[in-house]
Amino acid sequence: MASLEARTTLFPRFGRDARSRALLAAIVVLAIVYPIVDSNASHVSAAVDAGVFVLLALGLNIVVGYAGLLDLGYAAFFAIGSYAYGFFASPQLGVHLAFWLMLPIAGLAAAMFGIILGAPTLRLRGDYLAIVTLGFGEIVPVIFLNADKYTNGPNGINALDPPFIGGYNFGHNPTPFYFVVLGLIALSVIVIRRLRDSPLGRAWMAIREDEVAAAAMGIDTVRAKLYAFAIGASFSGIGGVVYSSKLGLVTPDNFRFSTSAFILSMVVLGGMGNIPGVILGAVILFELQSLILTQLTLWSHQLGAFTHIGFLNELDFVNLKFLLYGLALVLMMLFRPEGLLPSARRQLELHAPPEVAAAERQELYDVSTEAQSA
Amino acid sequence: MSAFELLIQQLVNGLSLGAIYALIALGYTMVYGIIELINFAHGDVFMVGSFVALLLAGSLGVSGAVAGPAVVIVMLAILLGTMLATGLLGVVIERAAYRPLRHAPRLAPLITAIGVSFILQNVVQLRAGPSPVSFPDVMPNPIIDAGNVIISAKQLMIVGVSIVMMAGLQWFVLNTRLGRAMRATAQDRQAAALMGININSTIALTFFIGSALAGVGGFVFGIYYNSVWFINGYIAGLKAFTAAVLGGIGNIAGAMMGGVLIGLLEALSAQYVSERYVDAIVFAILILVLVFRPSGLLGQHLPESA
Repeated sequence: MASLEARTTLFPRFGRDARSRALLAAIVVLAIVYPIVDSNASHVSAAVDAGVFVLLALGLNIVVGYAGLLDLGYAAFFAIGSYAYGFFASPQLGVHLAFWLMLPIAGLAAAMFGIILGAPTLRLRGDYLAIVTLGFGEIVPVIFLNADKYTNGPNGINALDPPFIGGYNFGHNPTPFYFVVLGLIALSVIVIRRLRDSPLGRAWMAIREDEVAAAAMGIDTVRAKLYAFAIGASFSGIGGVVYSSKLGLVTPDNFRFSTSAFILSMVVLGGMGNIPGVILGAVILFELQSLILTQLTLWSHQLGAFTHIGFLNELDFVNLKFLLYGLALVLMMLFRPEGLLPSARRQLELHAPPEVAAAERQELYDVSTEAQSA
Repeated sequence: MSAFELLIQQLVNGLSLGAIYALIALGYTMVYGIIELINFAHGDVFMVGSFVALLLAGSLGVSGAVAGPAVVIVMLAILLGTMLATGLLGVVIERAAYRPLRHAPRLAPLITAIGVSFILQNVVQLRAGPSPVSFPDVMPNPIIDAGNVIISAKQLMIVGVSIVMMAGLQWFVLNTRLGRAMRATAQDRQAAALMGININSTIALTFFIGSALAGVGGFVFGIYYNSVWFINGYIAGLKAFTAAVLGGIGNIAGAMMGGVLIGLLEALSAQYVSERYVDAIVFAILILVLVFRPSGLLGQHLPESA
C-alpha cells in the first residue's frame, strides 16, 4: 500500500480532499443552476458555445497534454463532425438521422480520419507531425469549400435538424443545448480521467517524457500515439455536432488554422495535461472573446464619444484578440509553461534545471544516433 | 496560344513564383539546420518584409515606376533597408522567444513560434489595416514577347535577384569563417563551442541571414503582385516550408530546388487541375513527402525521433 500512498501524494487528484471536493460541488451546482438564474438567452447561448470549446480543448489536451504531440489541424476534425451532421441531419441529402445517433457517429468519423491521417504520419518526429497536421487542417476546409455540389461551397449547408427528446424540439432555445453540453463535459471528464490513469494513459505520458525510453520499456509507441490522435479527434467530432445543430448551419470558414490555434491557446493557457486547467483555459479565452473584448470595445467607444478622443472611438478590442492569444502563447511558454492550473507532473518536467534537461537531451541524441548506425 | 506555349508560359510564371518561395525556404532550412526548430513565424517575417519595403518606397517618394538608371539605386536602397530591418527582426525574435527555451521540451519553442506569428500578423494589421494594401510599381515593366509566351521584366528581376542572393549565401556559408562556424554549430553544437565558436552569436547570425532573405522575398513579392496583405505570410510560409522539406530540410541547395519545384507545381496545377485546389495540392505533396521521404530529395537520413 505504500506505493499507492506515494502515488496519491505525488499526483494529488482533484476532488480527493474535503476542500477541493466542496469547490467541485459548488462549481457543479453553479453550472447546473446557471441557465435558470440567467434568463438572458444570448448569455446562455454563449455558454453553450463556450461548453463546445471546453469539449474541444479537453480532446486536444489528450493529444498535446498527455501524449505530447502538437496537433495544429485539430479544427479539421471539428469540421468533419459538423459536416457529418450537415450531411446526415438536413434536407441536403434528404437523410435525417437523430442528433443522439449522430453524436457517436460523428465521433467515430472524426476518429477514423484521425487514424487515416495518423497511421502514416505518427512515425515522424514531433515537429514534422505538427506540420503534417497543419497541412491536413488546411486541406479539409478547402475541400468542404470547393466540393460545392455536396456542401454548397461558401454558403454552407443550412436548415440542419434541431435535436429532439421524445416529442420536445430543442429549436432555437439554448437552454436544452446547455444541459446537453454540460452532460457531455461531465461524461468526458470521467472518461478522460479514467483514460489518464489507465495503462494507455501512462503510456502516453511515458512517450511524452521520453519516447525512446518508452519504446525500450515495451510500449508500442505508434499504437499509443494513434489512440491519442483518434480519441482526441472524436471529441472534436462530437463538439462539431453540438455546435452545428445549435447554429442550424455549417459553413467552411469556421475551421481554419485560427480555430485550431484558438483551442491550442486554451490548452496552453490553462495547463497542458490538467483537466481543470484546460477547462478553465477554455472558459477564460472563450469569454474573453465573446464577452470581455466586446464589452471593452463598447466602453472604449462610449468613453471616446464622451471625451471626443478619436483614438478611443476607433479601438476594437475584438480585432486584437489574436494579438492577445499570441502574447499569451509566448508569455506562458516563457514564464509559466505549465499553465494557470498546472498538472503536478508536467510542472516537474517543464522546470527541470537546464543542466539536467541538456544532459537528458544529449543522452537521447546519443541513443538515437547509435540506433541509426546499428 | 497552343498547348505547348501555354505550358511554357506556366513554367515561366511558376519559376518566378518558385524563386520567391525559395528565398523564404532558405530561412526555414537554415534555422532548422542549426537549432532544429520549425520557425513558424518565418512566413510572417516575409510578410513584414513586404510592408517594410512599402514603407521605404513611400519614404523615398516612390509612387510609380522610377525612370532611367535611378531605378537601380532606388531598388537597391529599398532592398538593403528591408534586409536590414527583417534581419534585425529575426534576431530579436530569436533572442526573445526562442533562446530562453533552447533547453525546454521541443514543444515549447514551437508554441512560442506560433505566438510570435500571431503577434506579427496582428501588429501589421493594426498598422496597415485589415485589407490588402497596394504596392507601388517601383520598376518599369517592359514585356518580352517571345512568340506567344510573355516574360515580364519583373519576372526576370525576381529570378535574377534570387540567383544572386542564393549564390551569395552559398559562397558565404562555404567560404567564410562565419559560414564555417554556422556549419560547425549545425553539426555539433557542443563540439563547436569547445572549438571556440560563440554559439549564441552564430545562431543569431543564422536568424539574421534567414530573415534578411525573407525580407528580399517580401520586397520582390510586393513588386510582382502590386499588393501586400497581413495574412500573406501564413500560406506563403507554409508553402515555403513545404519547399524546404521537399528539398531536404537543413540543405541549402535543396531549399532552392524545392522552392522552384513548388512554384512550378503551383502554376501547373492552377492551369491543369483547378485554381481552387492549388493550396490543397501543395499541402498534400507536403504530407506525402513527409510520409514517404522525410529526408527530402537532397537531404541526408535524419533520426526519426529526437
